[in-house]
Amino acid sequence: MSQDTKRLSLILLFAPFALWIVLLILLPHIGMVVLSLREKVAPRVYEFGFGNYVDFMNEPIYWNTLMRTGSMSLLVTVLALLIGFPVAYYIAKIAGKRSRGALFLMCLIPLWVSDLIRAFGWILLLRETGVVSSLLVWSGMTDEGIEFLYNDVTVVVGLVYTVILFMIVPLVSTLDGMGDDMIEAGYNLGGNSLTVLRRIIIPYAMPGIVAGCIVVFMLTSGSYLTPILLGGKNSSWFTEQIYDQFITRFNWESGAAFGILLLAFTSLVVWLGLRLSGQSLANTVART
Amino acid sequence: MKPTILCVGLLAATALTAVSASAETLRLLTWGSYAPEELIQKFEEKYPDITVEVTFSNNEEMIAKLRATGGAGFDLAQPSHDRIYAAQLEYGIYKPLDLSQINTDVMSPVHLEAVKANTTIDGDVYAVPHQWGTTGLMADMTKAPDVKSWADLCDPKYEGKTSMRLKRTILLATAFAMGQDPFALYSDLDQYQELLDQVADKLIECKGNIKAYWQGGDDLSAMMLSGEIVASETWDSTAYRLYDQNNNIVFIPPETGALTWIDTFAIPAKGNADDAAYKWINFVLEPENITIMSGSTGAIAAVKGGADLLPEDKKAAVNAAFTQEDIDNLKFFANIPPGVEDMEGKTLEKIKAATGG
Repeated sequence: MSQDTKRLSLILLFAPFALWIVLLILLPHIGMVVLSLREKVAPRVYEFGFGNYVDFMNEPIYWNTLMRTGSMSLLVTVLALLIGFPVAYYIAKIAGKRSRGALFLMCLIPLWVSDLIRAFGWILLLRETGVVSSLLVWSGMTDEGIEFLYNDVTVVVGLVYTVILFMIVPLVSTLDGMGDDMIEAGYNLGGNSLTVLRRIIIPYAMPGIVAGCIVVFMLTSGSYLTPILLGGKNSSWFTEQIYDQFITRFNWESGAAFGILLLAFTSLVVWLGLRLSGQSLANTVART
Repeated sequence: MKPTILCVGLLAATALTAVSASAETLRLLTWGSYAPEELIQKFEEKYPDITVEVTFSNNEEMIAKLRATGGAGFDLAQPSHDRIYAAQLEYGIYKPLDLSQINTDVMSPVHLEAVKANTTIDGDVYAVPHQWGTTGLMADMTKAPDVKSWADLCDPKYEGKTSMRLKRTILLATAFAMGQDPFALYSDLDQYQELLDQVADKLIECKGNIKAYWQGGDDLSAMMLSGEIVASETWDSTAYRLYDQNNNIVFIPPETGALTWIDTFAIPAKGNADDAAYKWINFVLEPENITIMSGSTGAIAAVKGGADLLPEDKKAAVNAAFTQEDIDNLKFFANIPPGVEDMEGKTLEKIKAATGG
């Protein structure tokens, strides 16, 4: 009897997870793969084939956009790490017990506002007749308004701002677990600040760093709103290509192929990153 | 105690769904501002057993939504007239209209015939016109007084102070400005590709002159009103709205002719409130409702004397923009044959990806 109850509760607990994985993750992706392998030969006539992938290979524009998206996402990840690490270190190690909660909350607050609103906030600040530009004109530093929007720098800044929280949270939780005695021991044994950082803090924080980087990279390369709204005439983003294929060109088959390619590409980058840093998913993401 | 509350809640929920299901629901898939609250209330007063639900969208998303369900989920859609033929051929998302149920007598014959000609498949008519308007230029007369052709957006005089929307309209407009007729080439896709390549070169060259490509009426209005740009491609309705706020901003039909679109009524293949849909169509064709509708959309109804039924302020803006000559010169969008969407899409990607400016 109790064996049965145990089994039942196990099944009940497992069911939501299984349903979520199968219905919302596995099935749609299988559907996408199937869709991406359909070639349109005539209206309402489809054939099985790899034509959509071949089209991608043969068109340098798609390649360039994917590479651009990938490299800019890497840049955003690195910047988020460089800015996020000191912040996380301060929250976890230096700030007092009481201010820690408040600081953490302050990092979270921007998340309560939607992506779209935050992007519009940047637009109001940075446009030619916006706050920053008007301030510069008013203070006499320039004669004419300056357009800060519509370039790659703005896109990177906007993306770093959007995703940095996802870097800070795992870093704080890893650094939190590190005892102060380890750092003191490092100094006692004659290490300077740099050695302590390099030999003790970073290795200890590695799981958090890797987890944060993976999340940030994935979020950035899959983001749509920020690059579209802040980017300019030349700023193609791969998600925009996917949207265009699906919506403006009614070409679901090739849109699906693009989606699968983006997934494969980002997975490859994450795998490479793990290999190069000598980490594995089990001892990084699963641990934080 | 808790299970009782749950049961009561469930019962209440079921009761609510039952009530809303017994009355007929008209699910409209249309453009923002094409279903003003005032009209919906009036309609629901006239037909108390019909509830109107509205989803705002645009041409591409309308077709994508209907395609995803095979034409289910909505009872009346309002795509532009050039977006029906190919979509119907490829995906079968609309059903033929019963013209005897529609008060076609009040419709302006030019528009009715244009839409019929464009949307008849195997003798069945799939759409009737609703509102029409044009895409052309707008300029701030104090800063860019001599804008009159599409090519003026690329004039170095206005470097960094013009804008356009990177969609198929600007490809067609540029082709017209180059002295070509893109619609005539729809029948020969090889030649059309050649033309598209020339257009792409022109627009890539022009990129340095453009401040940014606008995406919707709101960001265009913001750029224009703040003076960040002085001239742009625009929908006429957007220009009229800006004219209200700043009388220096006027709509200019380009010398090669403003490009004319007609938004239509079409019934999705699996719509299940056809009667309500026909009632809505006839309802918004009534003269006093047309004035309310045009006041909200800023576009002209495709009925006889539609321009006279515009609200007074809009009438002034239209008269400031169009002469009779301009109206005779209107270019109606031709049907998009299968395949062209893809060619144009590739060209647009090429322009977007090109680095210049």
